[in-house]
Amino acid sequence: MNANFSTFARAALYVVAGLGCLGNSPSATSASPMSNALPKSGSTYASAEIRALQADDASNPGMLWVADGQALWNEVAGSQAKSCAQCHVVAATSMKGVATRYPQIDKHATVPTLINLEGRVNFCRIRHQAAPTLAYESPALLALTAYVTHQSRGLVRRLTIDDESRAYLQRGAALYQQRMGQMNLACTHCHDQNAGKTLLAEKISEGHPNGYPIYRLEWQGVGSLHRRFRSCFAGVRAEPFAPGSDEYLALELYLALRAVGLAVETPAVRR
Amino acid sequence: MKNSNHLRISLSENAERMGAVGVTLLALAGCAAPARPNAPASPPDAITTPGDPSRGRDVVMGRDGNCLLCHAIPETGARFMGDLGPPLAGAGARLSAAQLRMRLIDPQRSNPDTIMPAYARIDGLTRVGKAWRGKPILGAQQIEDVVAYLGTLR
Ligand code: HEC
Ligand code: HEC
Repeated sequence: MNANFSTFARAALYVVAGLGCLGNSPSATSASPMSNALPKSGSTYASAEIRALQADDASNPGMLWVADGQALWNEVAGSQAKSCAQCHVVAATSMKGVATRYPQIDKHATVPTLINLEGRVNFCRIRHQAAPTLAYESPALLALTAYVTHQSRGLVRRLTIDDESRAYLQRGAALYQQRMGQMNLACTHCHDQNAGKTLLAEKISEGHPNGYPIYRLEWQGVGSLHRRFRSCFAGVRAEPFAPGSDEYLALELYLALRAVGLAVETPAVRR
Repeated sequence: MKNSNHLRISLSENAERMGAVGVTLLALAGCAAPARPNAPASPPDAITTPGDPSRGRDVVMGRDGNCLLCHAIPETGARFMGDLGPPLAGAGARLSAAQLRMRLIDPQRSNPDTIMPAYARIDGLTRVGKAWRGKPILGAQQIEDVVAYLGTLR
């Protein structure tokens, strides 16, 4: 058990609970973890071999998706025949740090809604490229999000909570605490109370999103955070939500809060 | 109940209302469900025979019980065993059959915050996946078999 982490989790919850009081405040609130209780990346719990695989770009299989993403970045798409690069030029500078701020409220939408990076890519496709949206878990969307997130590798996750995102955050926190499925377990039972312990053959981590999209040996490929959610829902024999659903976005936002201070590792590698 | 060679657990309306606890209490009482005078027609009864330790071992090690997710049982010689719960070596010496049964049917009785699933429970659960909806993790006979197996761990 990790006392430090549960202290942080409590602090995070406290932040969420406290957000209710800020309902009338027009100013944005930056949530940050308590300085003495840093979250631990999932890599900390991975085996030495997996960590070695992740650390070396030449052997990290996730880098193939990043390379695909780079190719797509430069490829024109849609009836406007525009590429990402035509607007954003060099990803290494224009996309640096972008992923550390997602999910966030899409202010361009008529009703402010929470979007993650997948949502942002699709927004650009519709609005700026006049191209069809890319399906969740499609190779193209995985490659583009892996490429964009990779530009933030090593940068620390940050999060701004505003009036629009607060409700999502509270919903995500509630989902995280909710027992569900035939096994009747909540995320917190495994990822706060039992991080570091072993579930059959798997070391349970603190459940952080900082390596996604991630290469998983079991998947023989790269998958999104929402695909990981699906695995955990299946693990407790619960009915999953759809990838990209408000529920998963709310969970993603809450995980982002728990992970404030963690560096982006995309593409991380897991067993 | 250990002595009854033909235990009949009636999932009567009453037991259903009380959920797993109802079944437990009947089991613990060591008797068949009391036939209430005005009892309505009950759903199909679960009929159990005395637990079979070797069948129980299969349930514990297999996908039905999945106990090794959280517990080590050295006797099984299994390659992978979790450690979210205590090792079960000696469980049969530490706990009576009734206590073991209670632990499986309603573990929240001994620890309200437990992470161990209630194996007979079907009510009060949230978002159970379609494939598992309305079904307990283990049937009444499987639970008897697991209790019998755990009893051999001394
Ligand atoms: C029964 C235990 C259990 C429950 C409950 C559970 N998970 Fe997991 N989770 C795991 C295991 C095991 C892994 C794989 C090992 C690891 O990375 O932690 C995992 C992995 C993850 C990861 C990936 C971490 C990484 O570094 O790659 C995330 C994120 C995650 N879970 C989130 C959740 C969320 C959100 C919920 C609730 C909806 C949840 N989990 C419920 C067991 C669980
Ligand atoms: C998701 C985790 C989990 C699963 C799956 C699980 N258990 Fe447990 N079990 C626990 C925990 C944790 C405890 C410790 C007491 C508590 O917190 O309830 C426990 C306690 C026990 C005890 C009491 C041990 C003692 O010495 O007091 C027995 C017996 C037991 N479990 C049997 C089983 C059997 C048999 C199965 C499968 C049919 C099983 N458990 C499945 C988590 C689990």
